[in-house]
Order: sequence, then C-alpha cells, then structure tokens
Amino acid sequence: MRVGLLILKRLGAALLTLWLVSLLVFILSSMLPGDAASEMLGQSATPEAVAALRLKLGLDQPLYVRYFQWLFGLVSGHPGQSMISGLPVAEIIGTRLPKSLFLAGLTALVSVPVSLTIGIVSAIYRNSFIDRALNVMTLSMVAVPEFLVATLSVLVFAVSLRWLPALTIIPDVADPASIARAYALPVMTLCFVVVAQMARMTRAAVADQLDQPYVEMAVLKGLTKPRVILRHVLPNATGPIVNAVALSLSYLLGGVVIVETVFNYPGVASLIVDAVTSRDMPLLLACTMVFCTAYMVLVLIADVAAILANPRLARS
Amino acid sequence: MAVTVNVSHLKVAARGEGGMPIPIIRDVSFSIKKGEVLALIGESGSGKSTIALSLMGYTRPGLEVVGGRIQVGDQDVLALKSDELRALRGKTVAYVAQSAAASFNPVVRIMDQVIETAVTTQMCTRAVAEAKAIGLFKSLALPNPETLGHRYPHEVSGGQLQRLMAAMALMADPALVIFDEPTTALDVTTQIEVLRAFKAAVKERGVTAVYVSHDLAVVAQIADQIVVLQHGEVREAGQRDQILHEPDADYTQSLMQAAQPEKRVRPSPAKALGTMAPILQIKGMKAGYGKARDGSLQKTVLDNIDLTIEPGRALGIIGESGSGKSTLARVIAGMLPPAAGQVCFHGEVLPPSLRARSRDQLRRIQIVFQNADTAINPAQTVGEVLARPLQFYYGLKGQALTKRVNELLDLIRMPSSSADRLCRKMSGGQKQRVNLARALAAKPDLILCDEVTSALDSVVAAAILDLMAELRHELNLTYVFISHDISAVRAVCDDIMVLYAGTQVEAGQSQAFKSAPYHPYTDLLISSVPQLRRGWLEEARPGSSGAQAQPEDGLCRFLPRCSLKIPGLCDTMPAPRHALSDGRNILCHLDEPSLRAAQLETV
Amino acid sequence: MRKSYSLDAEALPQDGLAVAERAWKSLSISGRVGLVLVIFWLFIAVFGAFLSPYSPSAFVADDVFLPMSATHWLGSDYLGRDTLSRVLSGTRYTVGLAFFGALLASATGTFLALYAAVSQGVLDEVISRLMDTLISIPSKIFALVLVAVFGASLPLLLLTAAIIYLPGSYRIARALAVNLNSMDYVEVARVRGERKLYIVFHEILPNMLNPMMADFGLRFVFVVLLLSGMSFLGLGVQPPAADLGSLVRENMSGLQDIAPAILAPAIAIATLTIGVNLLIDALPQSGNGKGGH
Repeated sequence: MRVGLLILKRLGAALLTLWLVSLLVFILSSMLPGDAASEMLGQSATPEAVAALRLKLGLDQPLYVRYFQWLFGLVSGHPGQSMISGLPVAEIIGTRLPKSLFLAGLTALVSVPVSLTIGIVSAIYRNSFIDRALNVMTLSMVAVPEFLVATLSVLVFAVSLRWLPALTIIPDVADPASIARAYALPVMTLCFVVVAQMARMTRAAVADQLDQPYVEMAVLKGLTKPRVILRHVLPNATGPIVNAVALSLSYLLGGVVIVETVFNYPGVASLIVDAVTSRDMPLLLACTMVFCTAYMVLVLIADVAAILANPRLARS
Repeated sequence: MAVTVNVSHLKVAARGEGGMPIPIIRDVSFSIKKGEVLALIGESGSGKSTIALSLMGYTRPGLEVVGGRIQVGDQDVLALKSDELRALRGKTVAYVAQSAAASFNPVVRIMDQVIETAVTTQMCTRAVAEAKAIGLFKSLALPNPETLGHRYPHEVSGGQLQRLMAAMALMADPALVIFDEPTTALDVTTQIEVLRAFKAAVKERGVTAVYVSHDLAVVAQIADQIVVLQHGEVREAGQRDQILHEPDADYTQSLMQAAQPEKRVRPSPAKALGTMAPILQIKGMKAGYGKARDGSLQKTVLDNIDLTIEPGRALGIIGESGSGKSTLARVIAGMLPPAAGQVCFHGEVLPPSLRARSRDQLRRIQIVFQNADTAINPAQTVGEVLARPLQFYYGLKGQALTKRVNELLDLIRMPSSSADRLCRKMSGGQKQRVNLARALAAKPDLILCDEVTSALDSVVAAAILDLMAELRHELNLTYVFISHDISAVRAVCDDIMVLYAGTQVEAGQSQAFKSAPYHPYTDLLISSVPQLRRGWLEEARPGSSGAQAQPEDGLCRFLPRCSLKIPGLCDTMPAPRHALSDGRNILCHLDEPSLRAAQLETV
Repeated sequence: MRKSYSLDAEALPQDGLAVAERAWKSLSISGRVGLVLVIFWLFIAVFGAFLSPYSPSAFVADDVFLPMSATHWLGSDYLGRDTLSRVLSGTRYTVGLAFFGALLASATGTFLALYAAVSQGVLDEVISRLMDTLISIPSKIFALVLVAVFGASLPLLLLTAAIIYLPGSYRIARALAVNLNSMDYVEVARVRGERKLYIVFHEILPNMLNPMMADFGLRFVFVVLLLSGMSFLGLGVQPPAADLGSLVRENMSGLQDIAPAILAPAIAIATLTIGVNLLIDALPQSGNGKGGH
C-alpha cells in the first residue's frame, strides 16, 4: 500500500517537473528575437506576406494561448511542424528516435556489466593496488570530453589501423558482424565516459555497505567471502547501484549529442544540433522534451528501485 | 563444550601515515578457565573490543596483530589459515555485537540470519536449525518465539534484537562467546532483562565467555574474572571480588569512584526550599510537534508539566529515551513554543518563542547541549567560542575581553594558552568544559544541562560532574540537570522530577528519593540501575519493558508496563496526583501504604 | 573585521613553505601529478600571452599542418598559423570561461542554498523546485537551447555555463547547509539571540568552505567539458576567438596526417581536466561532501 503511494508520489513529482520544464523552454524559445514567420520567409519577404503567415501560424495569439496550444499538441503527439522542412515534427522524430534508442540500448548493454564488475571488484579490494589503479583510470576517463574520445578513436581505429569505418553507415542487412563493425566506434566512445561514471558510483555504493556493522557480523559468523558479498552486501547495495546505473545512463543523453554528430549518425541528438544551427524552434522544443522525458524516466526508475529494495518501505 | 583461552603478549598496531605502526594493544596477556566469564573493562580507546575481536582472528580494517599468541582450546588462532578461521568463527567462537540494530542485515529475515552459519556449513538441516533457533528464542525469554523469526530486524525492538543476536551466537553451540558491549545502547529498564537472559544462557550451557564493557556494575553481575584495560595495556587483572572490593591500580579506583557519583560528589549547600522567590515556574505546560488544523498537536511530547526552581538549587529531570526530557529544556530555552501553559521567569511570563524574547532574557537562561562535538563549532578556536557571548551580551573588547576569556578558562581548569586552539582538536572532556564555559560566559541565572555527561567516558564524565558541583559552589548557580542516569541526578541535584512518556509521574526533593515508596515507574528505574555488588541481578525485581501499545488518552501512560496496576481502576480512570508524606507528589492511583508494601517486600 | 578561516588554522603561525611542504607530502602520487598539472595550466592561462612566440591570428607558417619544428614548436594549423600560439591563447579562453563560469555557479549556488536553508518554508520550497526543474534538463541539451535563443557571445556562454551548473552546486550546498543548520552550535547561536546573517557567515559558511571548494573544482571540469564540446560542435566560442575545443574542430581535416595542430589542443584539454580531477580526488575528504553529481 505505502509503496504504491510512494511510487505514485514520485510519478507525480516527475510529471510536475516535466511540466515546469516545458514551461521554461517554451518561455525561453519565445525570447528569440524576430519570430518564426519572418525567419521562415527570409529577409526579402514583404510585410504583408509575413503578417499573413503569422496569422496562419497563430503567432498573433498571446503567449499563454500559444503555450497551451503547443502543450496540448505535444501531449497528443502533434508538436507542430518543422520550420525548415515543413514536415511534421512528430514524423521527423519518429524516424530518428528508434535509431538513437538502439544506440543507447547497445551502449547500456555493453557498459552496465562492465562497470558493475569494475565497481564491485574495486570496492571489494578497497585500497589495494587494483582499486587505486582503477580509481586513477576511471577518474581520468570521466575527465575526457566525448568529442576527444571520438576524435582519438577515429584517429587510432579508422585512420591509423584502418579497422573500422570513421562514419557510421547503418547496414541494410542486420547481420551481427556488420552491425558490430558499424556501431563499434560510437558505442565505444559512449561507453568510455559512461562506464567510468557508473563504475565510480557503483564502487561508492558497495563500499558504503561494506562499512556497515552487519558485514563485519557476517564475516564473524564464519561465512565465505562470496556469500558475504552475494547474500549480505549486494542485496543492500541494489537500490544505490540501480540509482548509479540510471544516473550514469542519463549522462548518455549529453554524450549522444557529440557522438551522433561526429559519426554522422541519424539520431535525435544530431537532429537537435541541426535544429539549433537552423533555429528550427518547434523541432528543438520537441527534441528537448524527448530528452527531458528520457531523463525523468531514468530518475523515476532509480527512485522506484530504491523504494522496492528497502524492506522498511516494501513491507507494512 | 567449553574451552580454555590463553592470550599471551598480544600486540596490535594501526598502520599510521607513512606506514609507521601505532601501537593499539601493547603486550596484553590473560587466560580464561573452562566455563568462566572474563570481563574486559575499560573506556573508549582502551582496546577492549580490539582484543575481543582478535580472539576470533579478526582485526578491523587498518589494524593488524604484530605479536603474541592466542590459544582457544587447542587452536593457535593467529596461525590459522583463512578457511580454518572461517571454520572457527561462528562455530567455535561466536560474537554478540554492541548494536544489534546495525549488526543485523536489514533486508534479510531474522530467522535466515540466525540459522545462516549452521545451514551453510551443513551442520544440520534447515528444519532442525529452525527448531533449535525457536528453542533458543524461548530460553532467552523472547515473546512469540514461533513467529519472531519471520520478521525483519526493523520490526523488532532493540532489547529483543540484542537477545536474538545472542540466539544467533549460541546456534552452533560455540565453546567461547564474545559479548561486545551488548547492553550499552539499551535503556536501563531493558538492560536488566537482557542481562538476565545472557547470564542464564551462559550458565546453562557452561560456555566460556568474554564480556566487554565500560560499566563496572554490569560486569559485577556476570563476570568471574575482570581485566581492567587502559590505553591498550592491562592495568589490573584478577577475580571479580578482589577487583570490586580491593582494587590495586589507581585507575581501577578512579573507575570505581566514577561509577558511584553519590559517594563522591560533595553535597552542595542548597538554600532551603521556600526561602526565596522562584527563578522559574511552569504550570500546566503542554508541548509537542506538528500543528493540526484545529490547533491541537499531532505529536504531544509533554503534557501537563508543573515545575518550580528556586535560586541556587539544582533540579534533576530524569527519564528514559523518548520521555520528553530534552523537549522540556527546549521549551524553557524558547526553542519550542509550548502549546499550552506558561513559562514564568523571575515572576514574569516569558514570551514563548526565541524571537520575542529580549536579549537580556536570552542571556539569563543558557543551555548546554549533550554532545560537545556538535555543540561547538569545530572551525572556531576555544577563544572565539568563549568570546562571542561576552561580545554579544556585554560588548566586551580588547583587554577586558581577553581577561574575561582567561577567567572562564580558569573556571573550567584549562590553561589560558588553550584559547588559541581549534575546538576540533580538543578531547571530548575538554570540549564539554568549553561548552559549559560558554554558558557561564553569559553569567546566566539558570543553566539548562541536557545530558551533558552521557556522551563521555565514565571517568571524564565524573570529572565534569565534579566540576559542575564545584562551580555551583563558587558561583551560586541554578541548574536544570537533564539525564537518564538516576545516580548522577541524585548526586548533583536538590530536587528531582521523573518523566515518563511526557508525563510527570513523580517530583520532590532529592533526599526523599532514597527510599520507597516510589511511583511504580521510578521504582522500576531505580531498581534497574545495576549496583556495584554481586548478586544484585538476582535480587532485583523483574523488569517489564513489556507491551509497546499506548493506553488511551488520559489514562496512566505507564499502565502497560506497571506491575501494580489495579484492573478496573487504572484502565478506566485517569490517575490522580497526590502527595506523599515526605513532600513528593506522584501521579498514581495507589496510595502510600500499598506502594510501600509492594516495593519493600522484595528488597 | 572577520577572521579568515584557512584550511587549517593551526598552520597559520608557521611559515608558508613548511605548510606547503606538509601539504605536498600528504598528497598521494596521483594527487601530486594533478597538482602539478593544475598549476601548469593555471600558469599558462594567466601568462601564456606573454610566452606566445607569434600572434595567434597571424599567418606565419609556410604551409598548413606542418609537423613540429624549431620555428614552430607545435607545427602550424589548417590556415598556417602557429599552433603553439593558438593553444596558449585557447587555454586562456577555456580556463577563463570555466573558472568564472564555475565560480559564478558555485557562489550563486552556495548563497541561494544558504538563503533557502536558513529561511526554510515556502521560499526554500520554491527555490528547490526551480533547481530540480533546471537539473532535469540534460546539460548539453539545455546549453544548446540557450545558445539557439541567445547566441554564443563570450558573456552569454559564461552565463549559460553558470546557469547549467548552478542547480548541482545548489543541491550540494543546500544539503550541507541544512545539515549544518541543524547542528547544536547553530542552535546555541540562535538561542543566544544571534541574527541570521551572523549565523550564516560565522557558524555555517566556514564549515561549508572545504566541500564547496572541492565542488567548485568538479564544476570547473564540467564547464570545460561542456564548453569545449559546444565549441567542437561549432556552437560555442565563435571565431576569431577560439578555445581548445574550437581548435580541435577547426583542425579536424588534419586528422588524416595526425598533425600536432589537432593533437596539441586535445592533449591540453585532457591533461587539464584529468589534472583537476586527480587533485580533487586526493584532497582529504571531510566526510560530508563526497562530490559527484
């Protein structure tokens, strides 16, 4: 009972935040000097043509009316038309989103097991040589910007070694070998930063549990090390670890912007960069909301996991 | 099953900066005969837990055994390989930790944890193990032994968890059991039951045991031999009665004295009652947290409190955790406005909240918090801490300020050079002195002391108590002294008020609290305080931490735990407040003769 | 006159050299590497312009993408400018923007947090909700939106960075402040009758400084990563100015030749951010501020 209520509360808070985000970005976008009509028609347009388009686009309406029109459009899946291509935004995003999700999914598939292993191993062997080496490694990895990793990996694997293509061309035939070849560099680049982040947070979560008196008690009960870890430490660390995974994956959302651009990958993130360059506001707003929703979903998953992993909340 | 234990020349060191070993245990030797209980006694930092854990071949992270030999039965513990150590732990040697609440895994059911060692090492089947565990629960006097194991640790009370931990330790019929301060975190009324259960379990099985404690009176009940430790060295070791009655070492004597404040603290020359106008008067006060819509409290912490303090006297307020004693101090200080009733100071009604009080009103009442670690800003020097009230209330500057700071340091027996030291670099006792001096700096009419000694080691705490008594003598101070320790309160206070669950169950002059009759709760409290003599545990009346259910509003709060309750009266009518012949008043249906009869018969 | 609180006030009376030596000895090897890197890059950022052999915008080399040589230590870029001079000037942009951006974020975050924690109630609620909203827009996306609307002039980039990292700073500072605000010594000051300002500046702030300094270091790294990434996309520092990210972008065509023109700014960014991270990690943790996001 209480758990359901708690989860509902978190959901409500997430929706409230999302709504505030929509308000914020809409107000921001309305601060753009000039408006969509003059932008679309260019400098040579006659004032009459601009006025006519304004009327057609509803730009003569007050801000709040436009906001609610946009918001209802957004919620019902019709967030307007692109100012550049004239295509419905939903359609553009619809073709791009699965590609971004596929890239993110592949990255998660690779990075989660790797980073959990690194994090748990370095926590168990705390302050040993392995731990300190891993610490310096992950610490350095999180400090390197994605575009550097992307550039340098292109330099090494595509330019020098000529093993992999520098640009990602999604293969027509979906055999594992060609997919692996096509996606190797972007996935590697994304993993580079995310793995380091996730491993560090996992280590902190596990190390935190290792300091608890019940772990000492388990050792003093004569239990084997694997049993102490699997039965006592990990169940308590589940909540924080899921939290670490979710938060690190949300870091991906920024990473894909660079990676899709560098590797010329046709996803939502490279769409955003195009929208910014061409000041295609309806497209930019919609993409922003997609990214924020993704972030909120990840945070919500982390919250729910933390609630479910805690018997104090899960029972009674 | 029991074994002999031999520890010889044990040395444990911490790895300091740059790999330099810092000795923690310096050359400790002792031995325990089969079936005997040995107590390791000492204050924090004495190394008592470190020694106890080394008997299991275990050292905490950062520590290592650097010399000596530990023999448990025929096993040389320090020479064991890791799989041999695993076979030793939990089976030959078992451990009962200080905080059961933290030492049970919060996400695993209690039964699974209790039988874990037995089942994972294939000592017996699950069903056999569970049956045995339930038997142990019964013998440790745990309620609902059949179903208790299905619960999670957070669903069980602290005293029960501590006994469950003992059951876990006894599961594998160990030859040696280590109890590491197992009752320190408990209220005295709970401690007595847990101690009884432990003692019975140890006696019944004839196991050898090591009992680690800082409390001599507890140790007196359970140990055959006592080893007194200080700074990782043995100060004195011997049979229990020899240590208790003819202690040799100075340190043991100071521990003994610290444990008996009433014998030590010089009685203060209190002004006779009723000769002066009261400093503080509270009538019908009610306080709590959370205002509901209709203006009532969501959680009432204190209800219907009356008190009067006359100048130069010390009022002790006593109760167990959750009784509302700290809240009372907060109300007087103005940190929590009362929901009903008034606080009169020098005959004037004090504004309920801090903001409405004048600077002079604030100056006249000073509060000293329990934990000096958090009560003093660690980033400031001792001088800065003491100077601030002088600047704030008296506008002192320059020479005058320095002079007054030095006077204050002198009052708390600290050298004037300590003014430049950072607070976070001071010891616990020093910080508590500074804490006290900061209150004195304001030259207050009333000092509220909230558990000022409970975070300190007994010898240090005794020194603070002595200092407070001396200061009272020198400066004619008026104290409210809040504590859970009735012997400390009786030693330093002229008047005592007993709180139970937010109600004032008994109040009167301190001398009157030396003999029965008492309110049934006061009686339980007093009889639960361990005494420094053997046999006390057996003579003391059985405690009754009992049911947690709260009685209906208006009825006696102590009802569920009261052994003298009168069915049909206590559970239907609110208890009246009535006076005893020596001037105390109690909140109880029973009259003086029947209380006296009930409480004297067992002593 | 307010007394200043140094990292360790006991060290004050001793001479500075001994303190520096003790601090150096207390650092781990990776921490020392970090400290050296940080000092090196701060020095370059401040004095780089005086060391610059050529003007960063002058076309001085005979050819584009020249390798390292005695006249051009780091070769030439895609237009034949001196790479060393351009890296020296790019460092100033990168470090300067990140330093002031992070400073603005940390300082504003700290003061908002103190204000919210001490006043509590509705104001705290409103500020915290606003910060939660800001933090739930992924930083790069938020930066892109702000640049799309307001453009990418240097002051706006600085402000963008500050707005984006303000909520993180606020969160940590608020957690610290709420924690400290419930400390008994703050309670004592309140019971003494002290004003809010005194409590904030004398009792709470001094105990927040260490963790907030570490947090400032982390924010600095974040801003470097963000702004160089934006510049790399062509949406950050605009020509003729160029930060290290812009240098990597404009010399992309030299990737095939593995020209120093692209390697040098890449290595500069990496050593700068790694250096700061290593240093912060080696600082003694005061327990309450674990850093992170």
